[in-house]
Amino acid sequence: MTEAPHHIISYTKLTAVWGLLLLLTGATILVTRLDLGPYKILGALTIACVKSGLVIAVFMHMKYEERLLRILLFVTLVTLAIFIGFTFFDVLYR
Amino acid sequence: MNPSDHPPAVFTSFWNDTGKTGITSWIFSTDHKRIGLLYFWSVLGFFLTAVLLGLLLRIELMAPGRTIMGPETYNALFTVHGAIMVFLFIIPGFPGAFGNLVMPIQIGARDVSFPRLNLFSWWLYMMGAAVIIISLFTGGGPPDTGWTFYVPFSARTGTNVSLAVFGVFIVGFSSIVTGVNFVTTIHRLRAPGMSWDRLPLFVWSLYATAWVQILATPILGITLVLIIAERVLGVGLFDPMKGGDPVMYQHLFWIYSHPAVYIMILPAMGVISEIIPVFSRKPVFGYKMIAFSSIAIAAAGSLVWGHHMFTSGMSDRAILVFSFLTFVVAIPSAIKVFNWVSTLYRGSISLEAPMLYALSFILLFSIGGLTGLILGAAATDIHVHDTHFVVGHFHYVIFGGSGFALFGAMHYWLPKFYGRRYAEKPALIAWGLMFVGFNITYFSMMVLGMKGMPRRYYDYLPEFAPLNLVSTVGSWILAVGLVLMLVNLIRGLRKGEPVGNNPWGGATLEWTIPSPPPTENFPEEPVVTHGPYDFSKAGTP
Repeated sequence: MTEAPHHIISYTKLTAVWGLLLLLTGATILVTRLDLGPYKILGALTIACVKSGLVIAVFMHMKYEERLLRILLFVTLVTLAIFIGFTFFDVLYR
Repeated sequence: MNPSDHPPAVFTSFWNDTGKTGITSWIFSTDHKRIGLLYFWSVLGFFLTAVLLGLLLRIELMAPGRTIMGPETYNALFTVHGAIMVFLFIIPGFPGAFGNLVMPIQIGARDVSFPRLNLFSWWLYMMGAAVIIISLFTGGGPPDTGWTFYVPFSARTGTNVSLAVFGVFIVGFSSIVTGVNFVTTIHRLRAPGMSWDRLPLFVWSLYATAWVQILATPILGITLVLIIAERVLGVGLFDPMKGGDPVMYQHLFWIYSHPAVYIMILPAMGVISEIIPVFSRKPVFGYKMIAFSSIAIAAAGSLVWGHHMFTSGMSDRAILVFSFLTFVVAIPSAIKVFNWVSTLYRGSISLEAPMLYALSFILLFSIGGLTGLILGAAATDIHVHDTHFVVGHFHYVIFGGSGFALFGAMHYWLPKFYGRRYAEKPALIAWGLMFVGFNITYFSMMVLGMKGMPRRYYDYLPEFAPLNLVSTVGSWILAVGLVLMLVNLIRGLRKGEPVGNNPWGGATLEWTIPSPPPTENFPEEPVVTHGPYDFSKAGTP
C-alpha cells in the first residue's frame, strides 16, 4: 500500500482552528448557564461534536485522507451517534 | 490448477513444516491454522469447564431447597458459568477458532493480513482468561452478580468483581483485534477471481461479525472500566444518590452485549450456509439474500439492545421503538431460514453428522428465535421477564443455535486440518443423545418460566419440582451425548480413517488443497473461476 502524500498545514490555519476550538469551549460553558431543560445536553454534545470534528479533520489530517478511510470513519461515528441518540431517547421521555 | 495433479510429497503439512516441535512451535506461531487450533482447544477447555458448572447448577435445582450447595455458591456458579460461556467460549469460538482456521483458505489467501496481531489476539484472550480465573480465587471470591454485572449490586458486592471485569476487558481487546484483522483480510487478500459475489457465505458472516466486534466491543470495555471506577472511586455514575442512573448501566452494557449475541450467532449461520448446500448437493438458494441478511442482522441487531430493559424503568416511547426494531431483526433471520429450507427442497440430502447438526440448528434456532419475539413484544415480556423462560429461550438460540453449529463445524472442518475423520455411527448416536437431552433440558425451562419460576433463584416452590427434575435428567442425557461426541471426534482425529482433499464434495477453496493443508495453504496463488456452491466444478479453484 502506498503512503498518502504528507500534507503540511500552515500555522495560520492551525492557529485559526485553535482559536475556534477555544471559542467553542466558551460556548460549552455558556450553554450550561442557559435554561434549556433537557436540550442543554443536546447543545453541549453538538458543540463537542463540532470540536472533535475539527480536531479530526484538521489536526489529525482526516480532511486530506483517501475517500475509503473517510467513509469508514464516518460510518463508525454515525454508529456511535446512534448509540448515544437511542440512549438519550429513553432519558428524554422518561 | 488442480492440486490433486501433484504427488502428495510436494506438500509439507503445517503440522511438521518448521521442523520445530513442542509448545513454543504453537504459542509463538503466526500461522493462522496453528492459531486457529490454539483458539479451538482453549475455547473447548473453557466450554467443558462451564458445562461442568452448568451440570452442578442443574443438580442443585433438581429438588427444592438445598441439594448440593448453599445459595452463595449457587450465585457464584451461575455467574461464572455465564461469564465463561459468553466471554471465553462462544464469542471467541467462531471467529477465533474456525474463522482463523478456514477463512483465509476460503478466500484463497496464504494467511490473514496481520499474522502477528493474530497471535497477539490469542495471547490477549489467554491473559484475560487468566485474570478471570485468578479473580475466582482471590479477594472476596468469585463474583456473584450474574454475567451481566448489573449495578447497583456489582458496585456494592464484596466479591471480586473488579478483577473479573478487568479480565473481560482484556478479552474484549482480543475480540477487537480479530475483527480488525478479518475486515482487512477480507478486503485486501482475496485471490484473483474471488469477487464479493463468490465469497463463501461463512466468510460473509465473519465479515459482518467482524464489524460488530470492532464497533460494539469498545463500548463494553468502557462500561467495565466504569464499574471499576464506581467500585474503587465511588464516582456515582450509576448511583441515583449522586445524580447517577442505574438504567444507564444497562444501556451501556446491552449496547455491546446484544450485538454480541450476533457475534455468537452470525458465524454459526455462516457454517449452516456452508454445510446445507454441500450435503444437499445443490447450490445454495438465494446466495445474495443470505449474504445481505448477514449484514442486515448485524446492522439492525445493533439497534435493539433496549429490549433487555422493558421492565427496568425505561421510558414507554423507548420501549415502543426498541420493541419495533426487535421485530425488524426477525426479517433477515427468517430470510436465512427460508433460504436454507429452499436449498434442501429437492436436494440429494445425505444425513451425515455435520448435516444433522445443521438441520437441528434450523429447528432449535427457529424455536429460540420465535420465543425471542415473545420477549421482544413489550406486553408479553413483562410477564416472562427474568423467569426461566428467558433461560430456556437463550439456550435455544446460543446452545441449540451457535453450539450445535459449532459441533457441526467440528465434524465438517476438523478432518481437513487433522487429515483424519471421526467414525460416523457413534457420531450419529452422540447427535441423537444431545438433541433429545437438549430439548428435555431447555424446553422444561421454558414451561417453568411460563408457570412463573424466576431465574437466578436458589430455591423454588414445590409445584415447580417435577419439571425441574425432568430438566436435570435431560442435562445428564445431553452431557452423555457431549462426552460421546468429543471422544469419537478426538479419537477420529488421532487414529481415524485418513481423508482425501475433499471428503464431503465441497466446492469452496479449502477442499482443493490437501488435508492437512500445507503451511501457506496454496502451492501457488489460486485463480478462482467459479462460485462457492458450483458443485459441478468441486475440487478445482
